[in-house]
Amino acid sequence: MHALVQYIESYLSSDKTPGTAGNWFWATVYVLLVFVGLSIAVIAMNWLERKILAHMQVRLGPMRVGPHGLLQPIADALKLLLKEDIIPDGADKVVFWIAPFIVVLAAFTVFVVVPFGPTHAITDMNIGILFMLGVSSLSVLGIVTAGWASNSHYPLIGALRSSAQMVSYEVAMGLAVVSAILMTSLNESSTGTLSMIGIVEAQKAQGEWFLFKFFPLGIIAFAIFAIAMVAETNRAPFDLPEAESELTAGFHTEYSGFRWSLFFLAEYSAMIAVSSIAVTLWLGGWLRPFPNLLHGTTWDLAFSFIPGIAFLLLGAMCFYNTARMPKHPLFKIQTIGLAGFGAVLALIGLVMFLPPVRERVGDIFWFSAKVAGFMYLYIWYRGTFPRYRFDQLMKVGWKVLLPTGLALLICTALWAMRSEVWTQVVVPVGMGFADFVRRLL
Amino acid sequence: MNPQIAGNPPVATPYFFYGLAAIMIIGGILVITRKNAVHSALALITTLLAQAALYLMLYAPFVAGVQIILYAGGIMVLFLFVIMLISIERAEKERQFNKQWLVGIAAAAALGGLFITVYTATTKGRVLFPEGRTSYVDMQNTQGIANLLFDQHGGTYMFAFEIASLLLLVAIIGAVVMAKKRI
Repeated sequence: MHALVQYIESYLSSDKTPGTAGNWFWATVYVLLVFVGLSIAVIAMNWLERKILAHMQVRLGPMRVGPHGLLQPIADALKLLLKEDIIPDGADKVVFWIAPFIVVLAAFTVFVVVPFGPTHAITDMNIGILFMLGVSSLSVLGIVTAGWASNSHYPLIGALRSSAQMVSYEVAMGLAVVSAILMTSLNESSTGTLSMIGIVEAQKAQGEWFLFKFFPLGIIAFAIFAIAMVAETNRAPFDLPEAESELTAGFHTEYSGFRWSLFFLAEYSAMIAVSSIAVTLWLGGWLRPFPNLLHGTTWDLAFSFIPGIAFLLLGAMCFYNTARMPKHPLFKIQTIGLAGFGAVLALIGLVMFLPPVRERVGDIFWFSAKVAGFMYLYIWYRGTFPRYRFDQLMKVGWKVLLPTGLALLICTALWAMRSEVWTQVVVPVGMGFADFVRRLL
Repeated sequence: MNPQIAGNPPVATPYFFYGLAAIMIIGGILVITRKNAVHSALALITTLLAQAALYLMLYAPFVAGVQIILYAGGIMVLFLFVIMLISIERAEKERQFNKQWLVGIAAAAALGGLFITVYTATTKGRVLFPEGRTSYVDMQNTQGIANLLFDQHGGTYMFAFEIASLLLLVAIIGAVVMAKKRI
């Protein structure tokens, strides 16, 4: 027993991720934590998307199940699980059955390397970013097989569109990622890294998020990635594979019940996954904002209170709405529930002020907050932009993003090596040209 | 040097190896026995992924990552893209027209014989999974490959690499020329 406690404690003071330290117990705990956290995030996204979209369109959105529809995702999940699971006649049963699992596996496996903090990742891989891009690109296999196995026209068209779209945008995405990775090699040993934790630590060492590095090159790379990642996750305005006005529901038209909910789960966790890539590469991962402007121990302390304050604010919002709930006796349970939820949030906020907790959750909070910003952007895009036509989509991918990405990569490389380029290329060529002109005269 | 990796020998290595090898062999057999081309493609993807896992076991994470991105994620998607447009019902009724199983068996037997000969010759008096073997530091695989390619002194493979990419370019141009009547 004592040995077990020691085994567990030995990790808490470690400066490595459990995977790197080879700590089986903590690795399992982290896997479970990430899985549960992701599921909660997907449920929250379900509610938030409907609410935010509704408010953008001047509607109320879900209001009936729970206060302000807070329990709507749970009701939806129950409905989906109880729904009849239909397999179309003439569908390829085995492939139809496997396809949603391929998508879910691909979407969840990438979180093995997502760095929520310097030690808060399941493991740190030498090929972190490569692993994320590779495994998330496998989800297209699931979509393609789902569309094909349904043995129906709309899913097949959706699957064809999806595979063409994802393969095209992967190229531009890869170029943007490479230019960010180039920036990690700007140190004394001039060795870059592909490891997710290494990329954030390179930004910390250079004292600058890659978003602002080599202005405006970093921002352009980020913009390319931000556009390509929306196309990669088949979201509006690039949601042609499931364009409901043309293809009913695209590749998952024939899916229902539990299997459909797997596609839903995979879509949202893939969104979180690509957002975490963007946060890690350009927005400094777990690092807190304003590291240069507001530095010093006082500011560090001030920023470490923000997670607690954020949760307290959420709790206060719940209490405010509790007071605004209708006074009718029918709403009594809902009012009590909302007050209880607010109390739980406030309690979490208070716990986050404790010094040992404060030190350990700060990085997770900032990472999650940045990812949450991207999640809001996804919803905002969906509420704002009309859907592209397929030829426009291909035009943007191949004729705009790809050439921009290539030019950007070359510019980043040249700018990173500007002193070498100046002394070894520009000056000798200029001298030679001057010499040539002098001889002509 | 990562002390954790040198200190802890990898866990259950032979079991992982045999498991992955079994998956690869079963997948490979399914690729050539399934009449439905999509099933064959899925089996091939399984085989390629198991192969990527084998590369990981050999402390070559970069090769494994590239295997996943290029083969499982890139090439196989294009395969499926094409296969999906074929009418499966007609393809299943079609009689197999290339009867070359005799040659195939001979080639497979020759290759297998070669493997067994090399294996018995090199592992004479040695165990397959030695306990105290020197392990590579997996933190340097990507950097090592970069040095092999680009290093000013030791980078000897750059030319071969560029020539290979030129070959691919030629293939792409050839495909465009064959597909288009008028360029």
